[in-house]
Amino acid sequence: MSTATTAQQSPPAQKKSGRGTLYRGKEGMWSWVGHRITGVVIFLFLLVHVLDTALVRVSPEAYDAVIGTYKNWYMALGESGLVAAVIYHAFNGIRIVLVDFWKKGTKYHKHMLWAVMIAWVVVFGAFFVRHMMLVLGG
Amino acid sequence: MSSQQLNIAAPRSGDIDPKYLRQSASSSSNREMFKWVFMRISGPILLVLIFVHLFSNLMVGDGVHGLNFGLVAGKWASPLWQIWDLTMLWLAMIHGTIGVGTIIDDYTSKDRTRVGFKVALYLASVAIIVLGTLVIFTFEPCMTDAAGNLMDNSPSFCFNQ
Ligand code: HEM
Ligand code: HEM
Repeated sequence: MSTATTAQQSPPAQKKSGRGTLYRGKEGMWSWVGHRITGVVIFLFLLVHVLDTALVRVSPEAYDAVIGTYKNWYMALGESGLVAAVIYHAFNGIRIVLVDFWKKGTKYHKHMLWAVMIAWVVVFGAFFVRHMMLVLGG
Repeated sequence: MSSQQLNIAAPRSGDIDPKYLRQSASSSSNREMFKWVFMRISGPILLVLIFVHLFSNLMVGDGVHGLNFGLVAGKWASPLWQIWDLTMLWLAMIHGTIGVGTIIDDYTSKDRTRVGFKVALYLASVAIIVLGTLVIFTFEPCMTDAAGNLMDNSPSFCFNQ
């Protein structure tokens, strides 16, 4: 905002477009929203994942019964969603680390976001094709 | 510049009246710094640990069809995979707990709500870390039932002993 505001004035209401701020509504915000949501999703998955893995201490049969329910196409889509979240969170996490630690990080943060998206498409695409072929083929 | 040196004490360089020092503030900002650094160190390590975990369980051999008790038994027979999974468990759980803790701080305004969510988060995290650690260290590939017989679905190598 170019107009000076005194302490008493409340700041002018944000325009819907988010113009006038460096952050709101722009790539920076959406990459952060995505990072937040994927982080929570992975965390919740991990809580359940450690519980289902713990079935190896109950009996081989119990473990195999539960793992067996993963081996079909709709669970494969769920696994793919999880892996999509992991890949995004991982690559965007590296971008955050570079923005913070690399001298030129702040200058290239948008380029790096593009790199994250491209790497995501390539790595997730390869995973998805192979995973679905294995699930449907076997 | 003239040869004369101006010598003005830098603010906050140690000679502050103790009544202006807030112990709580400085130790809590050390904790924030620790969390910030921890997120940035654990993240890249987790990338390697988790990508290899996903690759070895879903992309090689029969993929998800190959997963069963015998596969886990085979992996955990090797100390490499035990340490791999243990590190992944601890780093991912601490990283995730710090991350979710930040999110709770951001979205709760009342102290009571915040403390309630945090206590639940920490209890769940400790329980999962302890459980996961015990599972790795007490794993028994050839389990027997009360009568001493090998259980169903035991890996084949248990039968040749
Ligand atoms: C759908 C994807 C996944 C599958 C099929 C899968 C499968 C497995 C299997 C079969 C094990 C048994 C031991 C081993 O193989 O090393 C295991 C353990 C483990 N997985 Fe995964 N995993 C997946 C995703 C993840 C993700 C995303 C994380 C991290 C956030 C993770 C963290 C762990 C941990 C920490 C253990 C050890 C559990 C314990 O200590 O009891 N896994 N997983
Ligand atoms: C795969 C490698 C990973 C990388 C490179 C990574 C990196 C990062 C980084 C750099 C941050 C930002 C911290 C900050 O802003 O101070 C972060 C936040 C977070 N991470 Fe990860 N992480 C990874 C895996 C995980 C896993 C496995 C979980 C869940 C168990 C997780 C959950 C979270 C959460 C909940 C946040 C907080 C998000 C927020 O405050 O908006 N991350 N991660």
